[in-house]
Amino acid sequence: MGGFLNSTIARKFAMALSGLFLVLFLAQHFSINFISVLSKDVFNEVSHFMGTNFFVQALLQPILIFGVIFHFVMGFILEAKNRGARDIKYVKFAGNENSSWVSRNMIYSGLVVLAFLGLHFYDFWFPEMIHKYIESHPEDAARYYDELVAKFQSPVRTILYVVSFVFLALHLYHGFSSSFQSVGWRNKYAKGLRGFTKAYAIIIPLGFIFIALFHYINNL
Amino acid sequence: MKLNLKIWRQENATAKGKMVDYPVDGIDGDMSFLEMLDILNEQLVEKGEDTIQFDHDCREGICGSCSLQINGEPHGPDKLIATCQLHMRSFKDGDTIYIEPFRAKAFPVIKDLIVDRTAFDRIQQAWGYVSVNTSGNTVDANTIPIEKEKADESFNAATCIGCGACVAACKNASAMLFTSAKVSQYALLPQGRVEATERVQAMVRQMDEEGFGNCSNTGACEIECPKGISLENIARMNREYLAASVKG
Repeated sequence: MGGFLNSTIARKFAMALSGLFLVLFLAQHFSINFISVLSKDVFNEVSHFMGTNFFVQALLQPILIFGVIFHFVMGFILEAKNRGARDIKYVKFAGNENSSWVSRNMIYSGLVVLAFLGLHFYDFWFPEMIHKYIESHPEDAARYYDELVAKFQSPVRTILYVVSFVFLALHLYHGFSSSFQSVGWRNKYAKGLRGFTKAYAIIIPLGFIFIALFHYINNL
Repeated sequence: MKLNLKIWRQENATAKGKMVDYPVDGIDGDMSFLEMLDILNEQLVEKGEDTIQFDHDCREGICGSCSLQINGEPHGPDKLIATCQLHMRSFKDGDTIYIEPFRAKAFPVIKDLIVDRTAFDRIQQAWGYVSVNTSGNTVDANTIPIEKEKADESFNAATCIGCGACVAACKNASAMLFTSAKVSQYALLPQGRVEATERVQAMVRQMDEEGFGNCSNTGACEIECPKGISLENIARMNREYLAASVKG
């Protein structure tokens, strides 16, 4: 596997697969978060299941964390090689004439998403791990909704989340459709698929923005 | 037409280069870009200065020699043409034009605007061919039936002139469009399928060894390619390579 990942194409393939996996996770995460807008009780119930189910906690969660770390580390490795491939820069480079800003700056949108993940883990994941596995509090199935809403009482945090989701949208706008090219999937359905990926890249982050703003406004 | 040219000057491969201003007058819109440089060079000769070195050969968009980055784009602002087919009518009187060599670590500058593109030759030499036994029993290629669609796709891939515009345009200096065109032109034909596994592995290995960057699917290469080589070739090469890796 190490030898396989030495090649340009294999690295891009691995990058695409990890990205597609994270896209799937994002849909699942959005679906559960959106329940918080509809019903406090159902949100608590689903969150309790996700937070206590052995399969989710012991198997899916480590796979997800590996996927996230792999995607970022591989992103940095690819970026380092790309920067080294042109040691002397152009005095004038008209990138906008032949490609989109988003496609040329995936590293920057990715870095914003990475910084956001740090904040998101600080807000939710680390407290959850400490609550369950370090301080070993008795499980309270009704706590999840209140914990979520409490975070969005801060306007600064809400703004940070909204801005991060905008960058997530930019990252997905190129990354999602690009991943199919990297795995070699390009046929008569490619145009339709590209439309779906672009729509997904806008709708899902917009949905996350809606959830953040909903809870902030709801608690004013 | 009066123009202000900003041209990269570099004495040799190891010297430090810099942009130098060259005002040039009397340029006609019907001149090609290379003719405009010829006129500038004549003026430099008259002044006893060192002429600007640039690659050129056929001057009709076939050989792929003329490799200039013009105002930040390979082969200039017009699409589907090489630098030699670019005419001065694409510019306006008083314009400032930046002229640089194609930039990539794998394309080191030899002098001024001339770069060493033998990295492409080495990729081609790695397996950019079909091994044919020429003992006298060679079967005529025309006796092998090939779908028109496949033949056309193969022909389109084969129109790549190896100019390096794809590398020059790519923010990562990736050679994926060039390599994929060479892989595709054979992979699409029955004659090329026989060695398809070994070919894609050898050519991608050589491409990586030359130090080109990764493809991040910006599509800049396709837009700037003078022959309109499609990104579809890159997807095909990805498929070919991944299938070859599974076969081992």
